[in-house]
Amino acid sequence: MSGHSTYKPQNKFLQWFEKRLPVGGLIHSSFVAYPTPRNLNYLWTFGGILAFMLGVQIVTGVVLAMHYTPHVDLAFKSVEGIMRDVNYGWLLRYLHANGASMFFLAVYIHMFRGIYYGSYKEPREVLWILGVIIYLLMMATGFMGYVLVWGQMSFWAATVITNLFSAIPGVGDAIVTWLWGGYAVGNPTLNRFYSLHYLLPFVIAGVVVLHIWALHVAGQNNPTGIEPKSNKDTVAFTPYATVKDGFFMAMFCILYAWFVFYIPNFLGHADNYIPANPAVTPTHIVPEWYYLPFYAILRAIPDKLMGVIALAASIVILAFLPWLDTSKVRSARYRPLFKQFFWLFVIVCIGLGWLGSKPPEGIYVILARIFTAYYFAFFLIVMPLLGIFEKTKPLPNSISDSVLGAKV
Amino acid sequence: MNKPPEERAKDVTTVSSAEHTRRDFLYIATGAVGAVGAAAVLVPLIAQMNPDASTIAAGAPIDVDLAPIADGQIIKLFWRSKPIFIFHRTKKEIEEAEKVNVASLPDPETDSARVKQGHDQWLVVIGICTHLGCIPLGHQGEYGGWFCPCHGSVYDTSGRIRSGPAPKNLALPPYKFVSDTKIQIG
Amino acid sequence: MSVLKRTVIGVTMAGAIAALVLPALAEEQAPPPRHKWSFAGPFGKYDQGQLQRGFKVYKEVCAVCHSLSMVAFRNLAEPGGPGFSEAQAAAVASEAKIPDIDDKGAPTERAGRLADYFPSPFPNELAAKAVHGVAPPDMSTLAKGRTYERGFPWFVFDMFTQYQEQGPDYIAALMKGYEKPPQGFQLPPNGHYNKYFPGHNIAMPPPLQDGQVTYDDGAPQTLDQYSQDVAAFLMWAAEPHLVQRKRIGSQVVIFLIVLAGLMYFTKKKVWHDA
Repeated sequence: MSGHSTYKPQNKFLQWFEKRLPVGGLIHSSFVAYPTPRNLNYLWTFGGILAFMLGVQIVTGVVLAMHYTPHVDLAFKSVEGIMRDVNYGWLLRYLHANGASMFFLAVYIHMFRGIYYGSYKEPREVLWILGVIIYLLMMATGFMGYVLVWGQMSFWAATVITNLFSAIPGVGDAIVTWLWGGYAVGNPTLNRFYSLHYLLPFVIAGVVVLHIWALHVAGQNNPTGIEPKSNKDTVAFTPYATVKDGFFMAMFCILYAWFVFYIPNFLGHADNYIPANPAVTPTHIVPEWYYLPFYAILRAIPDKLMGVIALAASIVILAFLPWLDTSKVRSARYRPLFKQFFWLFVIVCIGLGWLGSKPPEGIYVILARIFTAYYFAFFLIVMPLLGIFEKTKPLPNSISDSVLGAKV
Repeated sequence: MNKPPEERAKDVTTVSSAEHTRRDFLYIATGAVGAVGAAAVLVPLIAQMNPDASTIAAGAPIDVDLAPIADGQIIKLFWRSKPIFIFHRTKKEIEEAEKVNVASLPDPETDSARVKQGHDQWLVVIGICTHLGCIPLGHQGEYGGWFCPCHGSVYDTSGRIRSGPAPKNLALPPYKFVSDTKIQIG
Repeated sequence: MSVLKRTVIGVTMAGAIAALVLPALAEEQAPPPRHKWSFAGPFGKYDQGQLQRGFKVYKEVCAVCHSLSMVAFRNLAEPGGPGFSEAQAAAVASEAKIPDIDDKGAPTERAGRLADYFPSPFPNELAAKAVHGVAPPDMSTLAKGRTYERGFPWFVFDMFTQYQEQGPDYIAALMKGYEKPPQGFQLPPNGHYNKYFPGHNIAMPPPLQDGQVTYDDGAPQTLDQYSQDVAAFLMWAAEPHLVQRKRIGSQVVIFLIVLAGLMYFTKKKVWHDA
């Protein structure tokens, strides 16, 4: 993206405008002429899908906010009012709730892609860390959004998660009271969560701009992990990547529509259709599916403070990936041992997710501890050591050479 | 294949015209279907701002019992969140409304056009000043009707504008008599 | 095959076996039997006759204790529902007594209107609690607020079969699930044993029995029929726009398949010269 773009508008008005605010040139050099590796597979569409889902969540969210009331006595009824009375309210609500799930599904695939192909390695470390920041913001936004419904699960999830901060020695209780704005989760909590839930997506949008900027400085990684060496290795973003991403986004939307129109409550929890009752705790408090692996890690550790630290560490450790992985080879395609540990890691993450939905008893706890151990060992032991001891496969000469094998 | 991507893209245009139209048709079809999708997405986003079912239900017609309203009394109630004045006019107030020279009015309208036949003692108007929307005060102003304190509009006993900046007479809501002592507004 | 591969396969199999076996060990709620619901599946619709019968059961039996505070009388006449006419819905409304205040500010009652919501049988939460020790839950979202554990791998299959009727299956089973407690089960003094209620001790006495409600359309007046009809009615009460949702869903999915197909061929054409 360095230097002037080759964009030369024909239209006189556009020429006049371009001299004063070169937005056209910026869009042209970033999304039209921008050289993109020609061998990207569909896993590379998820960045675009994520931008699309952020847009969907913001638009549906702003529109839902026109009808929602953030008061403990009125919140649940206002959501039901949206479902029953607002024109297409049921559609907007289901788009937003299932949109959050699709957003997280896409971000997990996006992150796993990054780990597999070494997209976090030099020179893309800042790009990766910005991604971790976006992920943390997404988790906070999703959590607060779920509380707004003020169902049983909303209330008790808010109670459990805010109570985690009491584990901090000394100032813990003061922090929890400060978060609540009262002596328990209540109306002040609901109101401030509403304000922050509206704010954070725009903070995410800002960090996404930085994320895309950082990406365009280095250029996309690709399945071979070797950088483009000539024009033979790249194609113009438009029309090639645009049309390929457009196709896969349509496929993604079919999955999204399947949930929204046919099984809109599949990913949710029935208890959240019961209005919040501070006097009655649900039998099993569980977060939404996208938090379950971290919930499992939290409950696997017997000590309260250490559990909270493990939870935080399991996310923050991602930021250190560029330095934990010592391998000189980027892509797992050419790293046979790493590939196996990676897939085991994926199974462990899914396993932790399933365990997070189970009551913390018996064999579930034992399995959760084993899987948590592997989760951290993958980052802290496997990645540093493999770089030193792994025998990698020979890399192709260039991207176009690796592609020529597939096409005539 | 050594040319930069932009120049290679230009090569696309120098093919036979037959292939050209086939390729174009596919692109046009895809673009058109995409545009239909984009328009369809807009429908719920715009429709959700229209009044929802509970608002429309709350604005359903209401019945008002006229019996408790004394001679000369004006009552105020709300229908669809708008103030409605119901004025039980005395004989004198009806006469004053009827004997006005209609042509001289800023918004010419006879009194009989503003009441229901056989029930001319009942005036039912929307209590919103037609100037900028304030609620006029009843039994005030030199015509015995209403006076709007915001900018000084004066209405008579038929709710017609007589002086001041308001351009039109007080509006009439839809209503009908279900009996001599009961009306249904809406 | 490599040691690592064998370890991976072994762990996965152990996990899968654990997943299948363990739920059976920890059974605190018997899974209810599956009913055939007219509103299930991608082309599901409510059966108007069933909704009307279910409404009758609600009105004559359940409404004594259970509120339906988020359903309005006008909903009874809306498309996709029980199919009452506006006049019939207005008649139902006018039979209801809605709390109001008179001109002097004293509490009074007035006849219901279409815009009103179903009134609660109790003036407040404490009064509701006093009858059986637990406040009878509001029924507006009950059919979506109740479920049962499906377990692995059934919940994966449910994504494809579109099984979303856990609530009505549970409610219908609950109505029929009252029985004598098995030997050794300690039932508290005011509790009732129900096979499908989590923990088996339910505060609600059996609400339905054969012949309790008269049906005008000739449907059997049995506990089984009442249970299914009221469960279907409660599903409508919780999800009144279900029919519209599934209808638009078919249109959207077909549209997206067409769009994806066109985009696929466009992509192939564009990339041909790459």
